[in-house]
Amino acid sequence: MPDEQRFHFAIGSRFENIELVQVVLKDCLQRLGMDDDTQHWVDVAVREALANAIKHGNEQNPSKQVHVDLAIEASELVIRIEDEGVGFDATGLGDPLAPENLLRPNGRGIFYMKKFMDEIDYGAGPGGGTMVTLRKRVSGPKTFRHDD
Amino acid sequence: MNVNVRQRGDVTILDLKGKITIGAGDIQLRNAVQEAMNSGTKKILIDMKDVSTIDSSGIGELVSAYTTATNRGVKLKLFCLPTKVTDILTITQLITVFDVYDNEEEAVNSF
Repeated sequence: MPDEQRFHFAIGSRFENIELVQVVLKDCLQRLGMDDDTQHWVDVAVREALANAIKHGNEQNPSKQVHVDLAIEASELVIRIEDEGVGFDATGLGDPLAPENLLRPNGRGIFYMKKFMDEIDYGAGPGGGTMVTLRKRVSGPKTFRHDD
Repeated sequence: MNVNVRQRGDVTILDLKGKITIGAGDIQLRNAVQEAMNSGTKKILIDMKDVSTIDSSGIGELVSAYTTATNRGVKLKLFCLPTKVTDILTITQLITVFDVYDNEEEAVNSF
């Protein structure tokens, strides 16, 4: 895969750094030719993944980093977000649509990720933390590179 | 996110502008609703027209605001929801929980 088709960077565990990732992500999504609505929902899904990594994975410890990898793989945008926490079991999550959970103030982040992306997976990352992989099929130009 | 607070008669209106997301807009929303309730108002409207992005934390704050207000005998309603805010509330079936109005007049007159 050409280098132009992959970005990797890391941010400190502060919520304000989510905006930095969004700047890079927006540029990538535009280059891929995604329509505005799709860009918006991918943006929200990535926000949720980053927020979970910062809040639950790294427990807002600013010395711990969140690693972000953006790539095009087989006509899919693949976003991997890995924290430096102790791991996470996604199997015990409640259904946010269940009547008893409807008015809970939390528990919707992963649900939104699943709704807005084509596929999401949770697992252990190479560093031992949690890595979430978000996939979205790309119908426009399949490159991050500028045409101009 | 910016919050502008204004009164129309006995109705407190919170005009929200920008992102209601984790670590920023969510806390401002919580504080604004709390201050409105502490002022003694029994009718709160939230103007969502200029909300550009909302995440699960922002949704969580809206839910908390609604339940806290209801428990304190305060009516809290929303108006002028952008399409994407409607969509995200619909996906989690919260659109049926909130009282939602198309415009300010309708919302003010609903109390």
